[in-house]
Amino acid sequence: MLKVTIDDISIEVPPGTTILQAARMIGQNVPPAMCYYSKLEGSGGKCRTCLVKVTKGSEKDPRPMPKLVASCRTGVMDGMEVRNETSPEVIDARKGVTEFLLINHPLDCPVCDQAGECKLQDLSYEHGLAKSRYEFKRREFEKRDIGDKIQLHMNRCILCYRCTQVADQLTPERVHGVLNRGEVSEISTYIEQAVDNDFSGNMIDVCPVGALTDKTFRFKSRVWFTKPMLAHRECTTCSGKVTLWFQGSEVLRVTTRKDKWNEAEAFICNDCRFEKKKTEDWTIDGPAHIDTHSVIAQNHLPFELPVVQKNLPDAL
Amino acid sequence: MQSLTNRSKVVSNKQMTLSEKLYIPAILAGLQVTIQHFFKKKVTINYPEETREHSKFFRGRHVLKRDDQGRENCTACGLCAVACPAEAITMVAEERKKGEEHLYREEKYAAEYDINMLRCIFCGLCEEACPKDAIYLTNRISLSNYDRNQFIYTKDMLLEGNEEDLRINIDNRRNGVREGAN
Repeated sequence: MLKVTIDDISIEVPPGTTILQAARMIGQNVPPAMCYYSKLEGSGGKCRTCLVKVTKGSEKDPRPMPKLVASCRTGVMDGMEVRNETSPEVIDARKGVTEFLLINHPLDCPVCDQAGECKLQDLSYEHGLAKSRYEFKRREFEKRDIGDKIQLHMNRCILCYRCTQVADQLTPERVHGVLNRGEVSEISTYIEQAVDNDFSGNMIDVCPVGALTDKTFRFKSRVWFTKPMLAHRECTTCSGKVTLWFQGSEVLRVTTRKDKWNEAEAFICNDCRFEKKKTEDWTIDGPAHIDTHSVIAQNHLPFELPVVQKNLPDAL
Repeated sequence: MQSLTNRSKVVSNKQMTLSEKLYIPAILAGLQVTIQHFFKKKVTINYPEETREHSKFFRGRHVLKRDDQGRENCTACGLCAVACPAEAITMVAEERKKGEEHLYREEKYAAEYDINMLRCIFCGLCEEACPKDAIYLTNRISLSNYDRNQFIYTKDMLLEGNEEDLRINIDNRRNGVREGAN
């Protein structure tokens, strides 16, 4: 076991753990991550929002690391000391990274279906500037359909590569990826090919921004007007454990269950996601947990009120 | 027993004097107050012939603004509805189709937009929440009615007209409120 200290909190972790994973094990002062996804192999290292300062490399070599490192891709060494939120340098760097991520990101949150559960929104709320200093034209793409159920807004994409990793690792045949390089790189299917397999819908859930959105939910409602409920059904292709987003008694959207790092607990198939939108199709398990600080918690109780008298007619 | 708070009053049951029993001095004193009011300035006005002067920051009926090209500003983002403490605002969004670019500014627009004026408390939080400069409170009065259903103002009642003379002036809200009391 290796001992690592993050923001003066120590924890023992097995070898091979990254700093970000160790911070998540501690559970506080966790660096934000836009591209790292623990369920996807090889994710991370692209967005640079999880930069941390290593003030002591290890017990054997106590020199600090010369630059800030991406915590999602840096393995823990024994005796390592890391500064995350307690280091002004890290906060400053994160501010810069956020500004870079927002350079080409359009300000269309009022239109975007992801608003309210968007990680870039959260990040810029915490680390971003109130105003953009960027004066040049943002890159613009036509929005396009990937299959009949998924829509790609390349304008909003921050190139985290999560969706291509889902395609690589979850589905037998990869039909989309990142084309071109540098400033002109984009997610694409290359020749207007539909991404067509049972689990392609999961790229909507792994997308940290609103670049990939559910066409069956498009402009139906806002995230904070819907109420998430955990539900399950017998499904032959996937686990069938999902979150249903209700407005009134109507199911507007089906997504995977998200854990507290906003990662899917289990990926679900397209049949569950796009076709089963009736309450009768599902067995409701109860309300999903909503973070109190989330806008989704507006107008909702994060828990169910206890029923005082369940069988009132019987009691009378 | 000794009172703890001294708040209680001792009630006396004393006999009235002759002048008090006659009631006439008391009636005259009351009439004097009434007659005084004949000569005072009236507090009522003959509405609707006369209208009362409003404060510069008066918050009345809402307006949904258009931009200078006559396109609707509202994009149905729902921020006014979530900011509304009285839950008076409801809306249904729709996607702008090709060829409707001259009608709606953003790719999404409010197909329906209702404000329940019976619920509205005219706090102005919707105006503050709006990121698109779409909703403003004006100095117009929200009219009374006999029918409760008529108080649900639909989008066509809220939206300002396209022509220049049908536009609703909200300059006092745009400038006055933000610059503070002046």
